[in-house]
Amino acid sequence: MSRHTLSVLVENKPGVLTRVSALFARRAFNIHSLAVGPTEHDDVSRITVVVDVEELPLEQVTKQLNKLINVIKIVELEEKASVQRELLLVKVKADDASRTAVLQVVDLFRSHVVDVSPEAVTIEATGGPEKLTALLTALAPYGIREIVQSGTVAIGRGGRSMTERALDRVARSA
Amino acid sequence: MTRSSGSVPSRGPASPQRAPMPGRPRLAPAPSPGPVPVSQGERMTGAQSIVRSLEAAGTEVIFGLPGGTILPTYDPLLDSEKIRHILVRHEQGAGHAASGYAHATGRVGVCMATSGPGATNLVTPLADANMDSIPMVAITGQVGASKIGTDAFQEADIVGITMPVTKHAFLVTDPADIPARIAEAFHIASTGRPGPVLVDIAKSAQEADTIFRWPVELDLPGYHPTTKPHLKQVREAARLLATARRPVLYVGGGVIRAGASDALRRLTDLSGAPVVTTLMARGALPDSHPQNLGMPGMHGTVPAVAALQRADLVVALGARFDDRVTGQLSSFAPLATVVHADIDPAEISKNRRADVPIVGDLLEVLTDLATELASEHGHHGLPDLEAWWNQLNKLRETYPLGWTPTDDGLLSPQHVISRIGEVTSPEATYVAGVGQHQMWSSQFIRYERPNSWINSGGLGTMGYAIPAAMGAKVGEPDRTVWAIDGDGCFQMTNQELATCALEGIGIKVAVINNSSLGMVRQWQTLFYEGRYSNTELNTGHQSRRIPDFVKLAEAYGCIGLRCENPKDVDETIRRANEIDDVPVVVDFVVSRDAMVWPMVAAGVSNDAIQYARDITPSWDRED
Repeated sequence: MSRHTLSVLVENKPGVLTRVSALFARRAFNIHSLAVGPTEHDDVSRITVVVDVEELPLEQVTKQLNKLINVIKIVELEEKASVQRELLLVKVKADDASRTAVLQVVDLFRSHVVDVSPEAVTIEATGGPEKLTALLTALAPYGIREIVQSGTVAIGRGGRSMTERALDRVARSA
Repeated sequence: MTRSSGSVPSRGPASPQRAPMPGRPRLAPAPSPGPVPVSQGERMTGAQSIVRSLEAAGTEVIFGLPGGTILPTYDPLLDSEKIRHILVRHEQGAGHAASGYAHATGRVGVCMATSGPGATNLVTPLADANMDSIPMVAITGQVGASKIGTDAFQEADIVGITMPVTKHAFLVTDPADIPARIAEAFHIASTGRPGPVLVDIAKSAQEADTIFRWPVELDLPGYHPTTKPHLKQVREAARLLATARRPVLYVGGGVIRAGASDALRRLTDLSGAPVVTTLMARGALPDSHPQNLGMPGMHGTVPAVAALQRADLVVALGARFDDRVTGQLSSFAPLATVVHADIDPAEISKNRRADVPIVGDLLEVLTDLATELASEHGHHGLPDLEAWWNQLNKLRETYPLGWTPTDDGLLSPQHVISRIGEVTSPEATYVAGVGQHQMWSSQFIRYERPNSWINSGGLGTMGYAIPAAMGAKVGEPDRTVWAIDGDGCFQMTNQELATCALEGIGIKVAVINNSSLGMVRQWQTLFYEGRYSNTELNTGHQSRRIPDFVKLAEAYGCIGLRCENPKDVDETIRRANEIDDVPVVVDFVVSRDAMVWPMVAAGVSNDAIQYARDITPSWDRED
């Protein structure tokens, strides 16, 4: 198994996320993470999906995704040719005794504190999976109370726009 | 356009710098038949807009059954002069009838049902049409928009339920969207790889006032089927076909859907290659054509199966390497280079890796391929296929399709079915259910034209025959339509005989009555030591005959005939053929011990095909 990041441009319509995720389930592919959000076009949403799958089944799943009427374009983003980020919010125990040490870790990872209470701090961090795992390892000794993490979002490096090219094609074929 | 609550994150009003999606509007396809009824905008109810849209999209017939949430639409439907509505007795019948209609005519079949159970009863026909690539549009009523999601009476999330078994499904809550969604449904159903599309319309949208306009813009930015094949790939396929020593054309149902039978004929003649026609492709090339080896696969002919196993080149045309064709995939056509042409890119290399993939409409692929092949013949000369044909012809002589007479004095089902084909003309349409009778109908009727054979191939839906035959007859009223059904299948959907009798749809039904679920029984005979668990139906010889099919036919206003003696078979078929004003049901009481041969057991290599029980041909030794 190898990990692949797919960027899927879809029509911004009800049920599209269900169709995409159900397709993965139906073809027995394991979704590692999934993130959906708007794009620079009102009518288009972008799904970033990270899957663990071999090459050949990946080709099949890409073709099956392309068959969905609401899917406009699919691009696989290679790790080296793209920027990939996750967002992590973590609540760590921090009282008067430990707060300074926790804040040092926050500085080391260039993350920052977004909420403070007498017994805990909430830290926001973005980065690739390695950085976030390392941060969590560093914070673990102080006592992690709660974690919430987004799926990966990814964008290709360089000046080209995936959306622009995809929608040009739509315009041409219309 | 709305964002889906809870799935796609919602934001406030669009920021001004975000651009609308580019793209010029496309017009709806010209409906056929009849002229385009242009409307610049007329005020009417959503229900009227549905009827007008269906008319504009070319609908002649709707098979359906009304209920609470579709009632508003049934009212203006009563006044439609363009649409004939056929009231079925069960929504499954409506779905399969639409499928049979589409299969026979090539036009989009339309069915209609209410919400909840009406809609869920359409699920089987939709899944069936999806597997067999049948162009179909299903219109369902949905509870009022404000009640969606409240577990209202007769509410079912039919769009969610049918997502995996349709080509697409729409939910309409705004009456203004009705013409566009219906136009899109017809466009999606009938283009690219055909398939079923569901349009679920809230009752509130049917009742509200709206403006009807036609033609409408199609809003399908992600839907662009590739129809024009890549010339470089076609050339490579032609080069392989011109130089192969043991080529086979492996023809699937896609050729029929593409209306490419004539083009297939030309390629067949030009290439000199043997042709196998899958269950979905019977009739794509006439059975009388000398290069047609018949059906491949689990119950295929020995020459067809052997040809694929020995081939050095398999040219798959609108076929999908289904497990019932390939047997154990790893040992299927082990020596062959594979050319795979299909309109659906996802079929290519799905099961068997294609060496030369071609995505395109089969009509264009076959036309281009023939042109390129002729030019390759110019370079390489005509291929010498004599040795190949000698091998195959020897197999044809040694292992023709046939059957052994029964030893219980009852009719041989194979004899009955082959006589139906012989006594009736090849211009007739034959429709089967699923099981032994289906395989025998595929094997022992000689098909001479595309769409003369209609059956449930991919999903294997028992009960398909009666409603599908009804739809086929409505689509082509001048053709004789024979439903060849099993006693098991027949009991699943025979309520549509009432529809046929009342609507004057004169189908003929041959119940191949072996008093059991025959194919399951055959597997129990072969693989479960003859332990017949729950396959006895008590409809046949020396049983209680519950039900008595002749009486049942009469109760439904049809003519019921029974045939138990071999010498009466032809005469009974003739009598049935002569009756044209009412449906006829013939109870052919056949032997239950007849089995479908040849056979490749499930999951086993095609090399282990048995011609009859424990008789395996030995083509490997013939080299």
